[in-house]
Amino acid sequence: MKTFGGPVLFLDRSDINTDEIIPAKYLTEVKKDALKPYLLEDLVLDGFEPDGSWRGSAKVIVTRANFGCGSSREHAPWALEVNDITCVIAENFARIFRQNMFNGGMLAIELPCEVINEIFALSKHGDIICNIDSDKKKLEFLWEGGSKKIDFDLTEFDNALVKAGGWVEFADARY
Amino acid sequence: MGKTITEKIFDAHLKDEPFSGTKVLALDVVMCHEITTPVAIADLQWRNKDRVFDPSKIKAVIDHVTPAKDSKSAMQGKILRDWAKRHNIRDFFDIGENGVCHAIFPEKGFIRPGNTVIMGDSHTCTHGAFGAFAAGVGTTDLEVGILKGVCAFRLPKSILVNINGKLNRGVYAKDVILEVIRRLTVNGATDHVIEFRGKTVSDMSMEERMTLCNMAIEAGGTSGLCMPDQKTVEYLWQFISNDYKDQADALADFEKWHSDPDAEYDRILEIDISDLEPVVTVGYKPDQVKKVADVSDVKIDQVYIGSCTNGRISDIREAAAIVKGTRLSSGVRGILSPATPKVYMQALKEGLIEIFMEAGYCVANPTCGACLGMSTGVLAEGEVCVSTTNRNFNGRMGKGGMVHLASPATAAASGITGHLTDPRTLIK
Repeated sequence: MKTFGGPVLFLDRSDINTDEIIPAKYLTEVKKDALKPYLLEDLVLDGFEPDGSWRGSAKVIVTRANFGCGSSREHAPWALEVNDITCVIAENFARIFRQNMFNGGMLAIELPCEVINEIFALSKHGDIICNIDSDKKKLEFLWEGGSKKIDFDLTEFDNALVKAGGWVEFADARY
Repeated sequence: MGKTITEKIFDAHLKDEPFSGTKVLALDVVMCHEITTPVAIADLQWRNKDRVFDPSKIKAVIDHVTPAKDSKSAMQGKILRDWAKRHNIRDFFDIGENGVCHAIFPEKGFIRPGNTVIMGDSHTCTHGAFGAFAAGVGTTDLEVGILKGVCAFRLPKSILVNINGKLNRGVYAKDVILEVIRRLTVNGATDHVIEFRGKTVSDMSMEERMTLCNMAIEAGGTSGLCMPDQKTVEYLWQFISNDYKDQADALADFEKWHSDPDAEYDRILEIDISDLEPVVTVGYKPDQVKKVADVSDVKIDQVYIGSCTNGRISDIREAAAIVKGTRLSSGVRGILSPATPKVYMQALKEGLIEIFMEAGYCVANPTCGACLGMSTGVLAEGEVCVSTTNRNFNGRMGKGGMVHLASPATAAASGITGHLTDPRTLIK
């Protein structure tokens, strides 16, 4: 099972697509590690530095609605994974991206819009750490001088994939 | 209560339900291309499980970067080629006979009503035009599909899009689907399938229906679906004539998949397209759609006609009718990529290739290439392309480029004037 939790990167925009997460010109790479320097290279977001200066300082992404829309490329979750980002928290996800995250044993956590708003409001405290207990389905956001706990939910299938380490492991044991 | 076509297909293919709501379906067709499959192949080899569940149900093509543009893309082709050979995958299409996956696979008759289809490509929803449940998936789902012939889904809810009215002159299936996406928004069909029905859809050819279903994913849809009918039978007849007594027999068999009249929908969208005008996208999201006439001041650098959305023979005829006897505007580059060798040959026979070449177009081979900024027409920073493809995301056709999605007619008309142009102003 993968480990989850750590510093949060806030991406305050809906509809971030997989071309923005990893542009197609890098899809000729057949090794996941090769994607590492290009994560979020084409992201269009005010205040976001596409130069990658944020890289290495985040393990959790918090974003808005429809994250991972567009192309089915699993290179998008892979590009996150090789940058040690194993959890994305959003209002909702594009279906294929969400499935790709769990298929790789990673977390795509959906929370209602108002809860996402509350989490974004925390960013005013400066750097935020998110601890994740995937068994108890609990998030704990920490900042200097405070903390906030939030429950989340996963389907039984999502849970099984996270525990198994991914869909290949699950399917191979069962079919 | 009645069932939708999707519910019927799920029922007929249900292999396991390991958890409530998780449906593991048996797959009829697993399609592969050279971008998303090599990593699955490498992983299977690493796991010492380099096997395929049924080579006759696996279809493979090199289409995204072909001919290979560099050593890396050449290696991706080689991995797929060697794998297809190793596992006796007969339906493998390599250079010389390859075409854009979602154009060549239907053309070969691989997709039938009621089928379950996956591919590591989001535009797999195209094949729903045949009344199949066809979903784009990631490499891991593809890998399990190759190995075990199964894929897990939550049963998607259904959105019924009822399209009625007669298409105006100069308005095509592409304009219709852009209008549908505008109304649904890019997130409006997530975890849903879109059933395209109504008189307008019944009147459409299979190629037009493929254009509709192709862009279901741009509204977030898992698949687009049309009800299989006499047109479906006629399109497939050369491939199925041995399986049925006659076309009426085939039609009766196909109709068993139709959604029941009392099936339940999460949402019903009624669209009267009688007043629809030619439209185009104007931003980085496919739901940012405007009338072409309202943005005709936008200058363009490139016209691209091709792709799984609009690279079929009817699309090329539609564009050629406008291009005939004209020249590309000074400074505008034109690229035509017929989606398959069959389309290319047909266009040659009809004199359409000549029309484009005389107008100054570069006629490229069948490939996905420029649509996702990989080859054969990548944009430079600051350049603008009017394109018959399906995505206008930032950087999609090249970093810093802008893509305006449009019908082949609008693309062709814009090439003549040098700015976005309502094709009705030029239709002869």
